[in-house]
Amino acid sequence: MALILEVQDLVKQYPGAAEPAVNGVSFGIRRGEVFSLLGPNGAGKTTTIGMLSCLLKPTGGDAIVDGHSVRTDPEAVKRLIGIVPQDIALYPSLSARENLRFWGWMYGLGGKDLARRIDAILETVGLTDRGNDRVDSYSGGMKRRINIAAGLLHEPKLVFLDEPTVGIDPQSRRNILEMVKALNAQGMTVLYTTHYMEEAQELSQRIGIIDNGKLIALGTLDELTRLVGRQDEIELKIASEHAGPELAEALGKVKGVRSARSEDHTVRLVADDANASLPEVIGVANARGIKVIGIDVREPNLEAVFLHLTGRALRD
Amino acid sequence: MKALQIAFKDLTVLFRDRTALLLMLGAPLILTVGLALISGRMSGSSGPAFQNLPVVIVNLDQGVVGGQLADAFSSDELDDLLNPQTAEDAAAARALVNDDKVVAAVIIPAGFTDAVTGAKESGAADRIEIYANPNREISSQIVTAVVESFVQQVELARVSGQVAVEQLLAAGLINPQEAAAVGMRVAERSVSAQNSGAAIRLVSAEKSTEPEQDFDMMGYFAPSMAILFLMYTVALGGRNLLAEKETGTLGRLVSAPISETAILGGKLLGIFLVATAQMSILILANALLFGVKFGDPLGVAVLILALAAAASGWGILVAAIARTPGQVSTIGMALMLTFGVLGGSFIPINNMPAWFNLVSKITPNAWGIEGFIALGYGDTLPQLAGTVAGLFGMAAVLFIVSVTLLRRKNLMQG
Repeated sequence: MALILEVQDLVKQYPGAAEPAVNGVSFGIRRGEVFSLLGPNGAGKTTTIGMLSCLLKPTGGDAIVDGHSVRTDPEAVKRLIGIVPQDIALYPSLSARENLRFWGWMYGLGGKDLARRIDAILETVGLTDRGNDRVDSYSGGMKRRINIAAGLLHEPKLVFLDEPTVGIDPQSRRNILEMVKALNAQGMTVLYTTHYMEEAQELSQRIGIIDNGKLIALGTLDELTRLVGRQDEIELKIASEHAGPELAEALGKVKGVRSARSEDHTVRLVADDANASLPEVIGVANARGIKVIGIDVREPNLEAVFLHLTGRALRD
Repeated sequence: MKALQIAFKDLTVLFRDRTALLLMLGAPLILTVGLALISGRMSGSSGPAFQNLPVVIVNLDQGVVGGQLADAFSSDELDDLLNPQTAEDAAAARALVNDDKVVAAVIIPAGFTDAVTGAKESGAADRIEIYANPNREISSQIVTAVVESFVQQVELARVSGQVAVEQLLAAGLINPQEAAAVGMRVAERSVSAQNSGAAIRLVSAEKSTEPEQDFDMMGYFAPSMAILFLMYTVALGGRNLLAEKETGTLGRLVSAPISETAILGGKLLGIFLVATAQMSILILANALLFGVKFGDPLGVAVLILALAAAASGWGILVAAIARTPGQVSTIGMALMLTFGVLGGSFIPINNMPAWFNLVSKITPNAWGIEGFIALGYGDTLPQLAGTVAGLFGMAAVLFIVSVTLLRRKNLMQG
């Protein structure tokens, strides 16, 4: 599929900083996909978005949006993209409609077309009935939704969502994730930055993992988890602390179980396929009269990938 | 077009800020009223600040000169300015002053005419006493000026009489026995002639003879306070420019398809529009609420535009120098107070040394107040050309410097 965005060896070195904030990042985004840039705070996600949205001038490299360079043709790039910044970049004393009207003006919209788009986007973000209220009377989640609406009003080909769920309640977060899915279903291409691996896993066709200004991995969820091997982790909670070592030794001999170790009331197993091994694992425990009070199965995830690649947890 | 839309948005945002509105519009009006009350302007009259000043005259002199001075206070020329009354004795007159019933007591001592004409030896007891009300300093100074003017004319008449007698004696036209009587008649005629108008007009000649040019003190206080708080408003505008960078709206603007020039132009235009709106509202409110007459409407309108431009220049300069919105507020407040003192918003600077008046010209306050006073005295736009040019010149210099500094500052870079 054709690329709508091609990032080529992008570098941002701030004056006085020891290391570049973004150091040679390259990736491409296909038309119609959701691409997540996943990384911890300070990894370089927002700086990357800043350069792609022509807010920051790159120190090196370039990015091409639908054939236009952010370095040499920023005005054309700005017309193609929509930006939803991490901050609530709205005017609190204006109503949602007034904010949207202003941002519509800034994208050259006006008249009945703008009014129609404002009605439509308020409907999309579920705030039609609060559209005439001042933004400073909104909850955090509602502000986030209007912040997103302002970036989508001009119906951009490519939208940058920079950590749009930071600091909001679970219900508002869910609303935003569903909104992103709906927009993508309508054909919108999305570059989504986050430090929540669950969001990246749920939304994205492909994920780039960024750390210390460098892109350290890129691919689909499957491709990335393969980096740490296709192995599941089974965690058994047992009633008796003293039975742990004995059970771990017995379970280590079960087919498909690669390793087993005990710790207090827990026995941890690494298996090729948890679903295949689990019945025999339970049978071994029952045969020894050891009561299992809880079972937790973990498939490989991006947290494990990040840990594998950096030696640190994603939220360190 | 987008610059205008940005400016319109800024105007809307600022006029929705209740705290800002209170300081932009409420505070200057309240201070104007307060200062007017102190000056006595709000006592119910909408006329000149100094009129019908109550004064008490005690004439203990039995001679011609004392009588003429007492009559001078009731002359037609001083009819609007003074409201004289008489008292029989000095103690009663002083009591009226002490009770704040009159601005001053003028006590003409017994034998004043004889002392003036040389009929008796002059001493300390022969001096006119002006018992002034310390609470009405300016008003009592006006009364003092009236008396001093009269005394100067009497002295002039005395010398005239003396010279006339000496010349008549030298020519042998009168004999020494007649000299005293002749001298007295010359002096009386001279004093009468002086009192026919010229001596009294000296005190308030322009005001009393041309009532249409009376200057209302509200015409000073109202623009003074408006300009003082105009500096607050432009600093607020400068603050908002930096605050937009912090809140992310400036970044969002930069990411939209708008040139940096249009963004900066819109922000500057916004500050100018807010400043113009504030000045216009305050001047209109003072005219409608307090009946202040500002003079030529066209002159007032152009002066407001020039003032808003110059003040906006200072607001943007502060934004260009400061690093954070908080710094803009601090510097802006300091600038507002400094300019208030330097530019004459708190006290008139007419009587300050020449160097002070020269320094005051860096402030929009000094130019603006000067312009409003000139308009209040009846000047029109053509006569205001220098003031308006000075303000627009100040604006042009400040805009160029500020925009250069803002561009160097890379304000538009995230």
